[in-house]
Amino acid sequence: MRKRSRIITSIISTALLGASVLTGTNSALAADGGLAPYDPSHAGGTITLVAAAAAGTLDPKVNYTGQYWELYQATYDGLLAFKYADGKGSFEIVPDLATALPVFSNGEKTLTFTLRSGIKFSNGQPVTVADVKASFERIFKVSSPTAGSFYNGIVGATACLKVPATCNLDKGVVVDPKKNSIVINLVAPDETITSKLAVPHAAINPASSPSKDAGTTPIPTTGPYMYKSYDPNKELVMVRNPYFKEWSHDAQPQGYPDEIDYKFGITPTAQVTAVENNQANWVYDPIPADRLNEIGTKYASQVHVNPLTAMWYLPMNVNIAPFNNVRARQAVDYAIDRAAMVKIFGGTQLAAPVCSFLPPNFPGHVDYCGYTKGATPDKPAVSWTAPDLALAKKLVQESGTAGQAVGIVVSDDDVNKQMGVYLQSVLNSIGYKATVKPISGNIQFTYIQNTKNKVQISVTQWYQDYPAASDFLNVLLGCASFTPNSDSSINISGYCNRSFDTQMQTAMGLGLTNPTAGNKLWGQLDEQVMKDAPVAVAFTPKQLDFISSGTKNYHFSLQYKMFVDQLQTK
Amino acid sequence: MALKESSNAIFSESPGKIALRTLRRDKRSIISLSILGFIVAISLLAPVYSHYVAHTDPFNSTLDATTTIGGKVVSVLQPSTTGLGLGVTPIGPTWNLRGYFLGADGQGRDVLARLLYGGRNTLLIGVSSGAICIFLALLIGVVAGYRKGWIDAILSRLLDVIWAFPVYLLAISLSVVLLTSGLTIGFIHLGPGSFALPIFIIGVVYIPYVARPIRAQVLALREREFVRAAVGIGAKDSTIIFREILPNIIPSVLVFIPIIVALCMLTESALSFLSIGVQPPQASWGTIINDGLALLYTRPLVGIAPGLLIVLTAASLNLYGDAVRDALDPKTRARGDA
Repeated sequence: MRKRSRIITSIISTALLGASVLTGTNSALAADGGLAPYDPSHAGGTITLVAAAAAGTLDPKVNYTGQYWELYQATYDGLLAFKYADGKGSFEIVPDLATALPVFSNGEKTLTFTLRSGIKFSNGQPVTVADVKASFERIFKVSSPTAGSFYNGIVGATACLKVPATCNLDKGVVVDPKKNSIVINLVAPDETITSKLAVPHAAINPASSPSKDAGTTPIPTTGPYMYKSYDPNKELVMVRNPYFKEWSHDAQPQGYPDEIDYKFGITPTAQVTAVENNQANWVYDPIPADRLNEIGTKYASQVHVNPLTAMWYLPMNVNIAPFNNVRARQAVDYAIDRAAMVKIFGGTQLAAPVCSFLPPNFPGHVDYCGYTKGATPDKPAVSWTAPDLALAKKLVQESGTAGQAVGIVVSDDDVNKQMGVYLQSVLNSIGYKATVKPISGNIQFTYIQNTKNKVQISVTQWYQDYPAASDFLNVLLGCASFTPNSDSSINISGYCNRSFDTQMQTAMGLGLTNPTAGNKLWGQLDEQVMKDAPVAVAFTPKQLDFISSGTKNYHFSLQYKMFVDQLQTK
Repeated sequence: MALKESSNAIFSESPGKIALRTLRRDKRSIISLSILGFIVAISLLAPVYSHYVAHTDPFNSTLDATTTIGGKVVSVLQPSTTGLGLGVTPIGPTWNLRGYFLGADGQGRDVLARLLYGGRNTLLIGVSSGAICIFLALLIGVVAGYRKGWIDAILSRLLDVIWAFPVYLLAISLSVVLLTSGLTIGFIHLGPGSFALPIFIIGVVYIPYVARPIRAQVLALREREFVRAAVGIGAKDSTIIFREILPNIIPSVLVFIPIIVALCMLTESALSFLSIGVQPPQASWGTIINDGLALLYTRPLVGIAPGLLIVLTAASLNLYGDAVRDALDPKTRARGDA
């Protein structure tokens, strides 16, 4: 998942994954790492969130932005959910609309659920197994961005992907209204299927939901909040769902504010000022670089910094010059000064240089760096220390690509533009003629994916959808993720190595039977693919949340970040 | 008696000499030319400053650069050491010409060095696009006004089309399109980063503002007795245009020059501020203001310094334009003499 034009410029802490909040945390935790029981004495009030722009469609099957996935926690539910818990606890998958975790059978290819009874949508209609089946079919009917990558393993999905309008999952999602049971049949075992069933694209919506992107029209919810109104140019208003009754504190706890207002069209610097003045509760956008020191000193108790499983990276198009030459790509990997990029991002408190594809403390991650001074991909160092410009220049000369023009496509926000200018300086210094092409953050991510645009190199980010190595390596570098001439071709480099793909399938299979061996293989695949250098990984960022002084009960989930509905104003 | 002598002296000089003499005496002219001369001189000295004084490369990112202040070596980009230690701030003004006199920008580059190079580019584009604009406007205005008929109709409608668009909207549209892929006319190709693109774009959008008044003036001149007399004695069109028409519209053109150059310079700065003019790593005053925008709270000088230079240059050019107009206008001169 990628954040909307997002740069998380704010962010700090050298804490390891799991040490969630750096300062001023007032979170109440249950003994098991989950949230403390609901305390009605803190309920009420309005939480105001501010952002520069909305994140597009409100449809939970279509929207693929961190900005709205953060809200979907409080509104939509799937059969399963990631636990409402701080830190690593949020990676635990718990039953949500299902009564229990699925029972696996048929060689891990069949999952059986029982739907909870008595749950209603925010329009008053009961949630039925028919809604569940319709929701899975709707994933394909609305061409959800993850239909082909997350849910293509459901029996019948192949046909649905070919002809979405008539999608029928009679054999893939078998429901029994009498028993209130749901059986999901897969064509092959999938180690990450439970994670995929817990993300918003697998949320259960009414069967009457439109067979196309609902856009700005809210779809009835099951969580504690529903959408009252949505104007992407102005405001999104969430109010309490009158039909909600807490059925699982771990999956969907009751929320505290009576209303959540998300205001759009406010510049990042105005957002910071609004929070400082208690006119808003939370800033969505990255804190402007020249205000970081201010909030880190004057408002330190209102700053929360958390590590993220994410990366900033430079995809290089392996199918067009000059990066269709592996030496040219390796040259870029050697040349970039990751410490300099961390400085542009906001300093060492906010990010850390990395070389590996899988982020630190992520399943399968191995500490290695093949592209640092004194190391090679075959004899990697433990970590990145410094760039090697001399070697980079030599590789460019050897590749025969010196003097070629290179266009760098970046988002037009300050941090990305600065990254682009820095990269231009580096590429010029190793022998290319580089130009920076800043384009609107609203389209940059899809623009760089489409091969029609002939993008040679770009700067972008990736944030995990769920905690599994396949969400990075398979999603971003798998052949199935490369679709020429499409805006939805998340394998931006266009890297397709069949042998590597086969090994990834093996790793995914191992994840089911022997997760330790699976993760070890993922680590090896990480090192292996970086020898081909389809991307240059720059650094791993951290998340900074800046909340107003009157806002309490801050909790941070490593899965979906801040729990908006758990914030208190009383 | 003294007045009579003075009047004789005036009538014995050419209008050009009179205008020059008037300009030399005009305080506005002296002050504005001095300021312009200073700005042009320091801008031209940009390479000298960066190579021999500050020893810095203003076009390359130097995020790990250091400088010496009071005998101590300090990092040009300084991580915060207070509170939570958030953020990295570029060094502020050292007030030392040997390095970072006005501080550094977000890429660790010397702001003064970029300001001087930026001045060269802004002035170059302003003057070049102004020259293109004046030349083409003169050509179109004279041809349309002198030939009249269908040529005038076509050229006038063309000017109307350009005029119909707000200047900045047209410039932004052209820039966005041309800066993406460059411009190819026959065998001539202008790359996306070429200065020729903003020069061409800005030169074109201001043509109607000069061409229309010239055309109107030519239309009026064409009916004057001396032109009719030239036609009557069988003078060629080119002779009439170069000997009878052009000398009479040159004063208007001279007045236009500083004003159009100022407008072109401002437009260049605006486009560069919007990232659709001068492209990185090159600098112009507009791009430096853009860089400074992100440092407004911590290093406001990065944005203020180029802003001040733009104001000074544009004001000087306008002031000089006023002085030229007054010097070339016989009525104003007569009022001055009285």
